[in-house]
Amino acid sequence: MEILMSVLVGILFTAGTYLVLAKSLLRIVLGTSILGHGALLLLLTMGGIKTGAPPLLGLESTTYTDPLPQALILTAIVINFGTLGVFLVIAYRSYQELGTDDMEELRGTEDE
Amino acid sequence: MNNLVILPLLIPLLTGILLIFFRKQIKVQRYVTTLSLLLLLAVTALLTHQVSIEGPQTLNVGGWEPPFGIVLVADMFAMLLVMATVIVTFCCMLYAFRTVGEEREKHYFYMFVHFMIVGIMGSFLTGDLFNLFVFFEIMLLSSYILISLGGKKDQLRESLKYVLINIVSSMLFIVAIAYLYSITGTLNFADLSVKIAETGQDGLITTVAIFLMLVFAIKAALLMYFWLPGAYVVPPMAISAMFAALLTKVGIYAIFRTFTLIFYHEAVITHELIGWLGVATMILGGIGAVAYWDLRRILAYNVIIAVGFIMIGLAVFTETALAGSIYYLIHDMIVKALLFLLGGVMIGLTGTDQLREMSGMIRNHALLGWMFFLAAFALAGVPPLSGFIGKLLILDGAIDEGFYVMAAVGLITSLMVLYSVMKIFMNGFWGENQLSVEDEKMSTKGLLFPCAILAVLSIGLGVGVEWVNVYALQAAEVLNNPQVYIDAVLQN
Repeated sequence: MEILMSVLVGILFTAGTYLVLAKSLLRIVLGTSILGHGALLLLLTMGGIKTGAPPLLGLESTTYTDPLPQALILTAIVINFGTLGVFLVIAYRSYQELGTDDMEELRGTEDE
Repeated sequence: MNNLVILPLLIPLLTGILLIFFRKQIKVQRYVTTLSLLLLLAVTALLTHQVSIEGPQTLNVGGWEPPFGIVLVADMFAMLLVMATVIVTFCCMLYAFRTVGEEREKHYFYMFVHFMIVGIMGSFLTGDLFNLFVFFEIMLLSSYILISLGGKKDQLRESLKYVLINIVSSMLFIVAIAYLYSITGTLNFADLSVKIAETGQDGLITTVAIFLMLVFAIKAALLMYFWLPGAYVVPPMAISAMFAALLTKVGIYAIFRTFTLIFYHEAVITHELIGWLGVATMILGGIGAVAYWDLRRILAYNVIIAVGFIMIGLAVFTETALAGSIYYLIHDMIVKALLFLLGGVMIGLTGTDQLREMSGMIRNHALLGWMFFLAAFALAGVPPLSGFIGKLLILDGAIDEGFYVMAAVGLITSLMVLYSVMKIFMNGFWGENQLSVEDEKMSTKGLLFPCAILAVLSIGLGVGVEWVNVYALQAAEVLNNPQVYIDAVLQN
C-alpha cells in the first residue's frame, strides 16, 4: 500500500510541477492545489498507513494506528484550501485588472 | 506552566476579531489598535522580565504533556524578537494612521495586520514544527492580503509571484515535516533534539535538515530572494516597513531555532552551507543595493544583505557570534522599519521614488534628513549606534574561528550598504532645493513621531549595550546549550 501511495504522490508532484510551470494563470493555481495534495498524501504515507485498530481506547486490540498524521493533515488541508481560495481570488482580480492570464504578458516593466 | 505565554497570541487575535465589527468606524479601529498594541507591549515586557529571572517559560496547551501535545515556549531569544515585533508594529501603525488611506482602513487593514502579528508571534513562541507551519501560514495568508489590498496593477502582479513562491515552499515544508516524522516519530522541538542526539545525526537526517533549510531560506530570503524586491516595493510604505522588519526575520528565527536546537551535530556540513549561502546573499544583495536608483528597491535589497550577515553568526556557531546575531537581528528589525518609514516620507513629499528626481529636502525638513542620516549610519554599523555591537560580535567570532572570507565579505558589504544609503541621503537631501513647501504632495504632520521613537531606540540599543547585552547573552546561552531548552519543555 505504501508503495502504491508513493507512486501516486510522485504522479501528483509531477503533474503539479508541470502545471505550475505553465503559462496560463489558472493552470498555475490548479497546479499548486495538486502539489498540495501530493504533499498531504506524502505526510499520510510517511506517518504510517493503518496498522492496527482505530486509536480509540477500549477496543480490544494491542496495536493502534497513529492518529497524529491524520490530525496534521486535517489542519494542513484547511490551510491548503484557504491559500487556494486566496490565490484564486487574486488570480481572478489580476485577470480583471490586467486583462490577461498569460504569464509572459504579466512581467511588467521597471518604470511603471 | 505559565499562562502568560499565550497572551501575545490571544490579544492580537481577539482584537482582530473585534475589529471585524467596526468596519465603518475608522476612529474606533485606530483607538482599538493602539490600545491593544500598548497592552501587548506591557504583557511582553512582563513576560520577558519573568523569562530573564526564571528561565524559559512554557505552556502546555490544553494540559497535554509536551512530546504529545502542543507546547508554547518563551525563551529569551523568542521574547526579544516578540518584543521588537510589538514595538515595530506599534510605530508602523502610528505611521499607517496618517498614510494608509481610508479605503484600505475600511477594507479590514488593521484586522489583517493583527492576524499577521498572531502568525509572527506564534512562529516565535511555538514549540513544535507543525505549529510552526500553521503559524507561518497564518502570517503568509495575511501578508498576501496586505500586499494585494488596494488592487493596483503592480500590486496584483507582484502578489501573484509572492503567493506562488510561498505556496510552493509551504508544500515543501509539509514534505520536510513528513520525512522528519517518519524518521523520528515526533515533531516537538525538544523531543526531536533528544531523539536525534541519542541516535546520532546520520546522512538521512542531515538531508532532511538541508531540505528544511531550503524551505526556511525561501521565507527568509537567504539566497532565494528573487521574490522579495518586487513584493516589498508595491504595497504602501507602512506595510512595506512591517514586511521588511518582520517577515524575513521569522524565517531567520526558524533557521536559528532548528539549527541550534535540533540539527547541530553536523555543523561542518549544514552550518558551513548556511555560511556560504549567507556570503552569496550578501554579495548579490549588495550588488542590487548599489545598482538601483529607485529608493524602495535600494531599501529592499538592504533587507537581503542583512539576512546574509545574520547567517554568518550562525555559521560561526560560538556563543559570542550567536549573541552578535541576536543583537543584529533586533537592531535590524528596528532600523529597517525606521529606514522604510523615512523613505516613505521622502516618497510622499516628492511623489516619486526615483532618486534622480529628488534633491535638497534638508532645507525644509532638517529633522527628517538627520534622522535618515542617523538610520543610515546605524545600518552600516557606525559605532555609537545599534548596528555596531552586533557587527562587532559576529566579526569577532568569525575571525576567532578562522572564517576569514565570511568576515571579509561582511565588512565589504557593510561599505556597500553605507554607499547605497548615503546615495539616498545625498541625492535626496543635498543639492539644490527643488521643492518648496507648497509643492509638497503631503505634510509630514505626525509622521516623524513614530520614526523618532525608532531612532531613539536605535541610539538606545547602541549606547545602552551594557543593559541589553545581559538579555542577548542569555538568549545566546539557550541557543548554544540546547539542554536548557529541553529541560524547560520536557521536565516541568
